[in-house]
Amino acid sequence: MTMTSPATSAALTKAAPPRQGAFLDRTETMGAIALAVLIFVILPLALDPFRLNLFGKYLTYAFVAVGLVLCWGAGGILSLGQGVFFGLGGYALAMFLKLEASSPENTAIQSTPGIPDFMDWNQITELPFWWQPFHSLTFSILAVIAVPAFFAFVIGTAMFRRRVGGVYFSIITQAIAAILTILIIGQQGFTGGVNGITDLRTMKGWDIRSDEAKTILYFVNGGLLFACLALAQFVRRSKLGRILIAMRDREDRVRFSGYDVASFKIFVFCLGAAFAAIGGAMFTVQVGFMSPSFVGIVPSIEMVIFCAVGGRNSILGAVWGTLLVNWAKTLFSEAFPELWQLGLGALFIAVVLIFPDGLAGLWKTHVNPRIERLFPRRTTPTVPAE
Amino acid sequence: MFADYSGSELLSIFAMQGFAGLILFSVFVLMALGLAIIFGQMGVINMAHGEFMILGAYVTYLVSRAFEAWAPGLFGAYFFVAMILAFFVSGGLGMAVEWLLIRRLYKRPLDTLLATWGLSLILQQIYRMVFGAREVGVTIPEWMMGSLVLSDMIEVPINGLFVMALAVGISAGVYILMYRSRWGLQVRAVVANRTMADAVGINTERTDRMTFAIGCGVAGVAGAAFTMIGSTGPTAGQLYIVDTFLVVVFGGAGSLIGTIASAFSISQAQSILEFFLSGSMAKVLTLLAVVGILMVRPQGLFALKLRK
Amino acid sequence: MTRKTSLPPTKLSRRHFLATSAAAAAGATLFTPKGLRAQDFPTAAVNTTGLAVTDTEVTVGILHSVTGTMAISETGSVQAEKLAIEQINAQGGVLGRKIKFVQEDGASDWPTFAEKAKKLLVDDKVASVMGCWTSASRKAVLPVFEQYNGMLYYPTFYEGLEQSPNVIYTGQEATQQIIAGLDWVTQTKGAKTFYLLGSDYIWPRTSNKIARKHIEKLGLEVVGEEYYPLGHTQFNSVINKIKLKKPDVIYAIVVGGSNVAFYKQLKAAGIDMTKEKPLLLTISVTEDEIRGIGGENIEGAYACMKYFQSLKNPNNEAFVKAFKEMWGEDMVIGDVTQAAYLGPWLWKAAVEKAGSFDIDKIKEASPGIELTTAPEGYVKIHENHHLWSRTRVGRALADGQYEVVFETADLVEPNPFPEGYQ
Repeated sequence: MTMTSPATSAALTKAAPPRQGAFLDRTETMGAIALAVLIFVILPLALDPFRLNLFGKYLTYAFVAVGLVLCWGAGGILSLGQGVFFGLGGYALAMFLKLEASSPENTAIQSTPGIPDFMDWNQITELPFWWQPFHSLTFSILAVIAVPAFFAFVIGTAMFRRRVGGVYFSIITQAIAAILTILIIGQQGFTGGVNGITDLRTMKGWDIRSDEAKTILYFVNGGLLFACLALAQFVRRSKLGRILIAMRDREDRVRFSGYDVASFKIFVFCLGAAFAAIGGAMFTVQVGFMSPSFVGIVPSIEMVIFCAVGGRNSILGAVWGTLLVNWAKTLFSEAFPELWQLGLGALFIAVVLIFPDGLAGLWKTHVNPRIERLFPRRTTPTVPAE
Repeated sequence: MFADYSGSELLSIFAMQGFAGLILFSVFVLMALGLAIIFGQMGVINMAHGEFMILGAYVTYLVSRAFEAWAPGLFGAYFFVAMILAFFVSGGLGMAVEWLLIRRLYKRPLDTLLATWGLSLILQQIYRMVFGAREVGVTIPEWMMGSLVLSDMIEVPINGLFVMALAVGISAGVYILMYRSRWGLQVRAVVANRTMADAVGINTERTDRMTFAIGCGVAGVAGAAFTMIGSTGPTAGQLYIVDTFLVVVFGGAGSLIGTIASAFSISQAQSILEFFLSGSMAKVLTLLAVVGILMVRPQGLFALKLRK
Repeated sequence: MTRKTSLPPTKLSRRHFLATSAAAAAGATLFTPKGLRAQDFPTAAVNTTGLAVTDTEVTVGILHSVTGTMAISETGSVQAEKLAIEQINAQGGVLGRKIKFVQEDGASDWPTFAEKAKKLLVDDKVASVMGCWTSASRKAVLPVFEQYNGMLYYPTFYEGLEQSPNVIYTGQEATQQIIAGLDWVTQTKGAKTFYLLGSDYIWPRTSNKIARKHIEKLGLEVVGEEYYPLGHTQFNSVINKIKLKKPDVIYAIVVGGSNVAFYKQLKAAGIDMTKEKPLLLTISVTEDEIRGIGGENIEGAYACMKYFQSLKNPNNEAFVKAFKEMWGEDMVIGDVTQAAYLGPWLWKAAVEKAGSFDIDKIKEASPGIELTTAPEGYVKIHENHHLWSRTRVGRALADGQYEVVFETADLVEPNPFPEGYQ
């Protein structure tokens, strides 16, 4: 923080520079406990398996939102192509599951049994070499994280080393999302095209479609989300996190102070990509398919919205925001199928205009002071007041 | 692949293909000019740009219906009325949006992106509620749908010529406005240094509003022109947004010449590739090339030199 | 209107009727013919799996996109399904129960389709679902229907290569639609060379694959094959290639917004389709799409599908009249809209044949069901859950309608896994 003068950085005061000391401050602890209770106790008890699975799906988007808080909230890098990483992660696992679902017995009616159905429809008679490794679950799980992270590394290196930033970075990531979508759709013999990779059934013989499996996967998903949250929090509390914020606010000064700005950006972008990829993989296994419609621009922007609604500076807020927007979307579109888009559009504008710090900001300015008043801190500050 | 054709056939096909590239170029210029003004001069990322274009297309539709009903004799000329109206309707909406929304966000360019995305969702839904979810058919005057037959291979579509003429006309108009008028001087002054511009007595707020309105108005005219070659439906605007942004960014924000040069290079690349490859691959390769070049030269083809 | 399809109750239900509700039946309305009153079919007997069926009502789902890019196409299907449901209710409903529908929006997004399908089956427990349009949306919901055992009536002409016991495909599969049209164009127009063109996704690619195989079987030539991304709006390059290759037939499977761009640019480039040099044959442009394209821009093109609004038969005239009364005089009806209209009727017929709302019984009862009242004429459900139907070729007129120039003499057998075309 030393190199950032508070006077010149209005945004910084809003972002509340993390204090040294505890891993979580009081508000964050309360938020984390509330979230854990909601995810692990309230939702599983209150919802039937169908609705629980829906929330499981929403939570997979939360991975992306948490990654965005790191990139965008902390690092000031707004990627409009997070769908690319979500999709790559999802496809990596979908390829494994599809190969398992396409055993020669299951696909006996095809002209070439043993390959995925969409390949057969496209007159491909042999599994392409780059599909081969996906017979292995270990490889696939590694690929879920490694492929998107590597891709992010390449993009990040190319852009940040050339000091592409801000709006330009956003637009280029958007273009990359568009390219990948066209490519996946165009190469349908290898990728399943616009339909995506569908009809995934089992994972190492375990039927992922049953209600029990979905409940278990929901908890796995929740656990992974908390692991990612912890990692994100660790990064934010570390020196790296503070350099990121300094960079967001005054990039030049950080650079002049001798820091290698690009490396920090690349690292956080890769981390965000890896989070998104885990979300994508969890999506695939919970929903049972992966399609190019996640890779495109629209879902990528929607994920930014989830993050913005929750509060771009708060990792917990991002999860709350994701849950709230998706739940509202489901509810609203069930009640008014022809009008929900208006509400969603209005929400975007409201978030930007009225509460730019999202739910987390509202909490901080409205709810938290009241709680503080009701339950004054018992621990006295270590530095006595004058 | 050329072995089967005679020299004259090849010649005419290259002429035709060159012409197709020019039409694509004009389409890109029309799409991008409005955005070049808004994004280039003001730094506002208007994700609802496509919806402003479609508004122009819907205005054209309404005008065509009105002429059909009340002045069928003048139907051949309705298009000009439609374009002028489209300019004012889209521009008027742009002005309102600037006043309600954009002016609060000048310091936060990434936030304008989110807000205008929300705006685009709302506009799409409004179009759907007003005009129905289906596409509307805009009847184009008969004289505009024909072609000039130069030889039995070479036929020049009149609407292509029209789009080209319009692109030239609007580019010239924007150029004069930006570089030869007092207003343009003010806009450039505000872009270069807002505080100083304010200090010397330029009403920066009004300048911003007019800039945004004109950018939207140009988008409206482009939308009106696109009824000749594309579809008019609630979500049709989405088709243009990525291409448009890439053209502007590739050209170098803030530079009109850059926008035109970038539209030219992207359109020619795409049109040539389309002839040799399938359409999908041509598109992928063009976009990849643009992204690749932008990584090497992030400031775009023509960068405006500004002191920060 | 469906007297023919309302078969008498099966033995099972009659036995139940005698055993349980003789008294209730005695007090039934005299206007409903015997065997169609709700009392004749006690809920406990016709609904053993807990579907949303009460003594007076049965709930079905409608699942289409009313927002997003696909809303353009799917609106007509929603309208047709609502019309069919209203007409069925006016005739007394299904097994004496009025149909109530729950409409969900797929929002042109495949995962949303899957989510909503699940919601309809699990939460609403609907007795059947009329819905989906694109193949991608059907592929997304298919595992859901199979897992939770639902019934989907899918209206769109599609690429085939699928046969699920949980789906009734009321549109044509690719071979039905393609082969008759190609035979017609080679026999009556003497076509020798073809240029295949399509939007880049599975339906156009599979259809063109079948078309190519058939063309090559006939000993004719494909001179070009080309795909453009969905939503592409610039076709001048491919038009130039077509001019260079001079095919006898342009075989176009362009969809959505691209359609409008393609036909407008084709006309502007001086390819006058009324001269039929080259002739344009499409399987993707219905009357619905022509509204967006403009009749004057596509006049003279030929389309090959099973239904055109201009079909002259009493069923169709009544259908067109009812549709316009419900949705407005300026409505047009395309092939898919008509196929969507068949969905509720076919389901009704299956329920009545089975004498039960149970999905398994409907699955079993469906093959062999015939509908003489279909606007397209007589149709029948094949063992493979597709419809036997006639294929017709229409010529586009300037007013946006098709004039039927050819129809197959017999019903064409659906063959979703065609030997020799894969």
